[in-house]
Amino acid sequence: MVQPTDSPILSVENLRVDFATFAGPVHAIRDVSFTLNKGETLAIVGESGSGKSVTVRSIMGLLANNARIVAGRIMFQDADILKNTKRQLNALRGNDIAMIFQDPMTSLDPTMPIGKQVAEPLRLHTSISEKKALAEAVRVLQLVGIQDAAERLKDYPHQFSGGQRQRIVIAMAIITQPQILLADEPTTALDVTIQAQIIHLLKEIQATTGTSIIFITHDLGVVAGIADRVAVMYAGKIVEYGMVDEIFYNPQHPYTWGLLEAMPTLTTSADRLYTIPGTPPDLLAPPPGDAFAPRNPFAMQIDLAEQPPFFPVSPTHAAATWLLHPAAPQVTLPPEIARRRQIWAARFAH
Amino acid sequence: MTNDSVTTSAKRPVLVQVDHLVQTFNPGKKDEVKAVQDISFSIYQGETLGLVGESGSGKTTTGRSLIRLYQPTGGDVLFAGQNIARLRTGSPAMRDFRRKVQMIFQDPYASLNPRMKVKDIIAEGIDIHHLAASAADRDNRVNALLAQVGLNQDHANRYPHEFSGGQRQRIGIARALAVEPEFIIADEPISALDVSIQAQVVNLLKDIQAKQGLTYLFIAHDLAMVKYISDRIAVMHNGRLVELASADEVYNHPLHPYTKSLLSAIPIPDPAIERQRTPLVYDPREAEDNRPRQLVAVYPEHYVWAAADEVAAYQAAAVRQHREER
Repeated sequence: MVQPTDSPILSVENLRVDFATFAGPVHAIRDVSFTLNKGETLAIVGESGSGKSVTVRSIMGLLANNARIVAGRIMFQDADILKNTKRQLNALRGNDIAMIFQDPMTSLDPTMPIGKQVAEPLRLHTSISEKKALAEAVRVLQLVGIQDAAERLKDYPHQFSGGQRQRIVIAMAIITQPQILLADEPTTALDVTIQAQIIHLLKEIQATTGTSIIFITHDLGVVAGIADRVAVMYAGKIVEYGMVDEIFYNPQHPYTWGLLEAMPTLTTSADRLYTIPGTPPDLLAPPPGDAFAPRNPFAMQIDLAEQPPFFPVSPTHAAATWLLHPAAPQVTLPPEIARRRQIWAARFAH
Repeated sequence: MTNDSVTTSAKRPVLVQVDHLVQTFNPGKKDEVKAVQDISFSIYQGETLGLVGESGSGKTTTGRSLIRLYQPTGGDVLFAGQNIARLRTGSPAMRDFRRKVQMIFQDPYASLNPRMKVKDIIAEGIDIHHLAASAADRDNRVNALLAQVGLNQDHANRYPHEFSGGQRQRIGIARALAVEPEFIIADEPISALDVSIQAQVVNLLKDIQAKQGLTYLFIAHDLAMVKYISDRIAVMHNGRLVELASADEVYNHPLHPYTKSLLSAIPIPDPAIERQRTPLVYDPREAEDNRPRQLVAVYPEHYVWAAADEVAAYQAAAVRQHREER
């Protein structure tokens, strides 16, 4: 059993990404910094358009043609990935860093047998023979739970169900024993029962290989089940990060509160569900202050004018909200958040 | 075999009655698919019935059979007492049925014609059914519908691509409401939306129901949201209805092994609960051998798909669960 550690394997520093559009540059990532520790799972949560996918695509060098990295570094093995040549990048991705995409229907080649597809990263990155690569493909396909893998190597993706296809995608990602797995909503397209199996599988792989995982999702239920640490993104920025318990039981940013409140649980019986009022800002012209301020019932004057810095809550937990400033007034917490804080307080009492 | 009295409470008026519905695609051919295999249930006037199950369980096919997008292979579907399986295409009765029953689709990107203005998308049904007295009346109706779903009049002259996923789903809802329906089938209407937007759309659907007394069939695989919106829940697996009861009953006292496995897989936004999760794996051999089974009431208003010799065990389990709760 491999435990998560505190030693960073990847660090993203002050990343800024713009997209060129006819209306001008869209500031999709606005100064994002975080580290990924060896052997841990970091979940990045946020709504569509918050920049979570763009962040991991920057790591893989998979941004669209109209994207421009304006500033920042992505450090991996003492080198800046963003300075890599195409050749260096190709040596890295699919080998040291592998990615699992959301849609298993479109991330497999429908015209290539699955054995060849799963073995392809090994053939590209090592000088292994085709026969040995296929034998290795059988091994990882068995590992991810594809039955009769040896007999099914010549089958095509359409002969498998959605859940099986996602297992095949995962097999392809882990065949090179990557140090980092980037999983972009890998379970969003799957049924809950299959989702539970895939999450269990990723945890098992991590426990045996010590792979570090960045897991992107908008489902906080999934985050609670898989993450060691969590980063919450809003409008191209990280607004709060911390250990999974810190985010779920001691959340500080009103946006994190809104996300937690909007999730119905099986015990929700209120007449109406909580919704976050308004819509995310236009990133063509991001607002000067806290981007969440116009939708934030707890916003103060300063939120509209000045961007809040990160205020530390613990050595592992920080949030960018002026509510944590010593001069900020005490606010009455929403009931759901007060309930979660009580769990947190009870734990400290022990 | 099930009959009307089995899945119907005598006290409440029934709007939709499904009797032994069978839907087989390519019958008799090599690629025959038995999508729905002999299911019976009813939907009460004014209620929301949630229909849950995994992909391929037949829940969407059931919804489409109820709106007569498919001609049933066997069985009857009664809407307000009228057998819709026998309606002739183009007949006045069929046209009336098509107005009274509307559908909201899963994919807000694929279900709106990208080349039509929003006002024409919404008014298409109004035009077909000649509901507007004049052009001004048509515009007034469209504006009222836009306001009802939380959009404004300026949106009427725009095209679908100018809207976000949540806004498009609102347009889809306005289109369904335009013809003053009685029954709405919502096929995974929130699956493609972000969590905070899902809550907005669900609130909207609830508000509309409260105001207009609509009846909903809400098809979904997000079980937390289904529990929240539904009065009763039907669980489907492999084309069969395996359990049917009130929402609280299904969640608090599930009896069929498939329902139990489905509930055990729901992720809960609480790390302490998640760390203790043990998903139950459902083995279809447990409850789907080829013995004759039917939907049986094993507790008041709680139905399970069971063989004759399994009924007693289910009844005992239901009684035990309820006693433990007290």
